[in-house]
This record gives sequence, C-alpha cells and structure tokens, in this order.
Amino acid sequence: MSTPETKSLLVQEAPIFVQSTPGRSGASLPALDVPAVDVAALWPAALRRERLPELPEVSEPEVVRHYTRASLWNFHIDKGMYPLGSCTMKYNPKSADAAAAIPGLTMLHPYQPEDQLQGALAMIHELEGYLARIAGFARVTLQPSAGAHGELCGLMLIRAYHEDRGKRRSKVLIPDTAHGTNPASCTVNGFSTVPLATSELGYLTPEAVKAVLDDDVAAIMITNPNTLGLFEERIAEIAELVHGAGGLVYMDGANLNALLGRFRPGDAGVDVMHFNLHKTFATPHGGGGPGSGPVGVGEKLVPFLPIPTVEKRADGSYALDQERPKSIGRLRAFLGNYGVMLRAYAYIRELGGEGLKQATEMAVLNANYLRASLRELLHVPFPDRCMHEVIASDHDLKATGVTTLDIAKRLMDYGFHPPTVYFPLVVHGALMIEPTETETPQTLDCFVAALREIVDDARQSPERVKSAPQSTGLGRLNETLAARKPKLRFGGEE
Amino acid sequence: MEFPKNLRYTKDHEWARKDAGKIVVGVSAFAVEQLGDITQVDLPEVGAEVKAGATFGTIESVKSVSDLYAPISGKVLAINEELADKPELVNESCYEKGWMVELAPSGNEYDSLLDVAAYSKLVAEHQ
Repeated sequence: MSTPETKSLLVQEAPIFVQSTPGRSGASLPALDVPAVDVAALWPAALRRERLPELPEVSEPEVVRHYTRASLWNFHIDKGMYPLGSCTMKYNPKSADAAAAIPGLTMLHPYQPEDQLQGALAMIHELEGYLARIAGFARVTLQPSAGAHGELCGLMLIRAYHEDRGKRRSKVLIPDTAHGTNPASCTVNGFSTVPLATSELGYLTPEAVKAVLDDDVAAIMITNPNTLGLFEERIAEIAELVHGAGGLVYMDGANLNALLGRFRPGDAGVDVMHFNLHKTFATPHGGGGPGSGPVGVGEKLVPFLPIPTVEKRADGSYALDQERPKSIGRLRAFLGNYGVMLRAYAYIRELGGEGLKQATEMAVLNANYLRASLRELLHVPFPDRCMHEVIASDHDLKATGVTTLDIAKRLMDYGFHPPTVYFPLVVHGALMIEPTETETPQTLDCFVAALREIVDDARQSPERVKSAPQSTGLGRLNETLAARKPKLRFGGEE
Repeated sequence: MEFPKNLRYTKDHEWARKDAGKIVVGVSAFAVEQLGDITQVDLPEVGAEVKAGATFGTIESVKSVSDLYAPISGKVLAINEELADKPELVNESCYEKGWMVELAPSGNEYDSLLDVAAYSKLVAEHQ
C-alpha cells in the first residue's frame, strides 16, 4: 500500500496583474453605434475617478493559461480525499450536474407566467415532498439560501409560533457540541442562548435539559449527530421534556448524511429542521457557489412557513400561494436556489430510498473504519461507535511538540486535504475527520498509512512534521500575520 | 504556567484584579496557551453594563473564536484600546499589557471568584 504520488509540475504562477503589457487586449470592441456621451456632463467631478483602474492588459491565451495554471493549485473532491469534518465534502455525481444543466430547466425566467413554469413548479413541489418524507415532516420550504439562512428561517418560525400563542419566549438551549452557527442565528433573531454541557461520553442528557428548562425557553437547538460525530440517542426523550414545558425542538440537519433512511427527525419529535442540500444532496460544498438550506416543519409550524408556497391544484396544475396570513413572509427573491434544487432532485431520483440509505450506511461505516484504525495511532477521546465523522486529537503527542496544526499541514504532503482542526471546541487539539461514503477502503488505508508515518515522524524526527508542507506550491504560511495584518489588495496604493 | 496570587479567576479562564475599588479583567495564561496566536479581541463600549457569567466580548485566534465571560457584574469604565491594533499583547503579557476591561462592580461577586489554588486545581484537571 502506498500513498498517492504527490510530485507534480507546479508552476509558480504570478498574479495576472504583473503579466500586464500596456496596450495589449484580448477583445476587439465593435464601433460605437449610439451617440457618444461626455462622462463629465453626466457625473459631477466628486463622483468621477481621476485615475483609470489598473486592470490587467493581457491577451486571451494569456488569460486562459493564467487561470488554467492557477487552477492546478486547487484542491477539490475531484482530485483527492477531502475529509473536512462537519462539512460533508462528498463526491457529487456528474449526472446530477448534467440534469441541472438541461436548457429547458435553466433557460426559464422566474418572471414568466405560472402556466409556463409548470415543470419547474412540479419539480419544486415534488422535491419538497421527497425531503418531507426523508426527514418525517409535514411540509418543507425550499427558500433559504444556505444552512445559516435555514436556521434564521427556523428560528423566525419558532418566534412566530410563540407570538401567535400570545407568549414571547426569550431563551434557546444549545448544547456545547452544536454547530457554531446555532448561537449566532439565535442572537440575530433576538434570542439569548443557554449553553448545555454534554456528558463525559459526549452526549446531551435529559438531566442537563431539565436543569435549565422553564417557561421562557422558546426552543432547544440540537445538532444531530452532534459535532463529536455521536448520535444523540435520547433526542425523543428530550423532545418530550421540552414540549412538556411548551418549547419547540429545532434540529440542525447539517449532518443528515449520517441519517438517511435510518432515522427521521420528525418521528422523534423534532418540530423544525434545516437541510443542507449542498452537503447531503449532490451540490459541491465549499465551492463558492450557492447552497440551499430548506427547512422542514411539523404540523404546528406549517401556517407560519414563508410565502409563497408551491401548491398542487385539484386539476393537477401547480400554483404559488401568497395568501398565508400567519406566514413569516418572504425570505428572499423568488423560490430559492433553483440549480441546487435540481441537483438534489436528480440525486434523490437517481439513488431512490434504498440508494440514499446505502450512502448513509457507507458514510458511517467509513467513519467507523477510520475510528478503529486511528485508535492505534492517536488519542480518540470518544471511543464509542461514531456516526459520519470521528474525532482524534494531538493529546498523546504533547511531549513531541507536534500539534494538530502540524499534522494537518503534513497531510498535504501526502496528497490529502487536511481534516477540520481545533473544532469542536470541547476537544482540545481536535482533528475532525469525515470520510463520507465517497472513499474506498484503499483510499482510507492510504490516509491511515500517511497518519501512521506522521505520528512516527512526530516521535522520531518532529522537525519533518513541524516544517510541513514541503511538496506544495507554497510552504507553511504565516497565518497569524495574515490575520493580524491582513493585506487586502494586490500592489497599488495601500 | 503562571497564575499570579493577587488575582481571582473564573472557570472560563478569565482573571480579575481588584484595583482601588475597580476590577480589571483579562484572560489567564492557560486560556492564552489553549487559544494560540490571538488575532482579534472585541470588547464592549465604555459605559456598557456587563453581567457576571454573561458574554462581554469575543477573542479570536488562528484556531477559533471564543466568548469572553464577565467575572462580575458592573459598568465598563475603560477598555484596553491598544488591543485593537496589537492583539498580540494578550499573548505577550496576559496579566499586564494584555488586560481587557476595567469595571465598576455593582455587587460583590469578586469575593466568590476562584482563588489561585482553586483555579490551579481546575487547570490541572483540564490537562
């Protein structure tokens, strides 16, 4: 077994600005066919710039070569294993991209009349139905643009629900193993947050909830599986407790890739949950493109869903419903990130119920395979069977001076993207590894072999690890300096 | 790791120092070691009220962003303006130049904060 070949011709590509030659151009503009206008007559002097912007003057092949060469520096899931925990960097089948690129779907305009949008509305309505069935909810809104927007939507629904019942509630309970966006979303929504400590074994307990539960608690926000990669086994019991006190249960569904076909949050008493289509359902995550954070709700929150909803009429046609008096209103323009919905729709249709379940099972199996292998190498603080991700730490390497950051950097020399580091915060020096269903046993073995060599080096020649990466285009960057004194523009005046 | 005897501490690793009726607050050497290189410290405005146990600001390092918890309740009399440009002062001198806020206490929570023996024991349990 060997680790992937990592030597390659990496061009030290200079920024395009320094490749500029005055007067060179990659485009010939046609002659002006409208009357020329004097800019000075249009804009007052104060609004006119005195100097032209320093745009690069380059030819078309120079542009193409520059970006092609620069793209070789990218690391992505199509290039190698990308075990970034909590991010579900899984492979997205090209068939879903192909389906989302069908011109009849992409050339629509959202302002076209409803009778011309029937296919798109049918797709949205069906996708809503699939997601509701997958997670056990009454309805789903596809409007939110990404996960945190979904959280915002879910918390607005919770607030609207309590206000509708004539009671404002101000607190949201959040375990210390939740995603970091959860408390931020609460604050944005005007809720205060109450942190809950998890047990020695990393689980949320009904006792911890009971200790702080009162009639000012609007909701509990549970990330499940939590950020330790553990399934909150007592979620139904906790939901019952919170409901008993008049509160609601929000589940952060970002880790849904661990649950498909095996657990439906709605069945366990969850009232509201956001999905991350860009993690679980075939849209690349972290690519800078749009995400999508649909929100599923149980019956009692349906009246408050954002408008418009997509409804199926008795005659089989589809229409937008804007008349929902208790709705929290519109969350964004149009109906959501349509391209991401199309990929999710294609993915769900292609895999089917059995396929989705199998994907989840493989994701969990892969994480547990890594957990078992890693226990021989590194400290694994929560040795229980895990779900989709496993946490290790640098605890056992303290004497060597090699830290989690060094391990992460050294993995790059072996051709792997580093895992998430220093998160979750409840584990000091955490390495959070999520292999997803994408990786084969051979790739996982290579990853473990790389970590084994790194741990051996940490004990015998720590400098090799501390000076990593060596085979990348650039060596170890000074992240501290970059954060403390950021340089936010290239060249020119400061 | 040094924990000065004249300070009181919280379980969240802030320190508090009584200084002519005012209370100066910062974070402990253990917090600094855990955080690594600090890149930003966000502090409240002068005049703001803080509540014991509640967040009064955030501290960001290359590893993570963490909340700062007020050891006592009171009013912010001054903040360490220097940290805006030199967050590294917290790394270099967490008990002196890296102080964060100066408070006018509104109660007597100071007396129930951890003394150096209790805090050292707590840190030992973390390691």
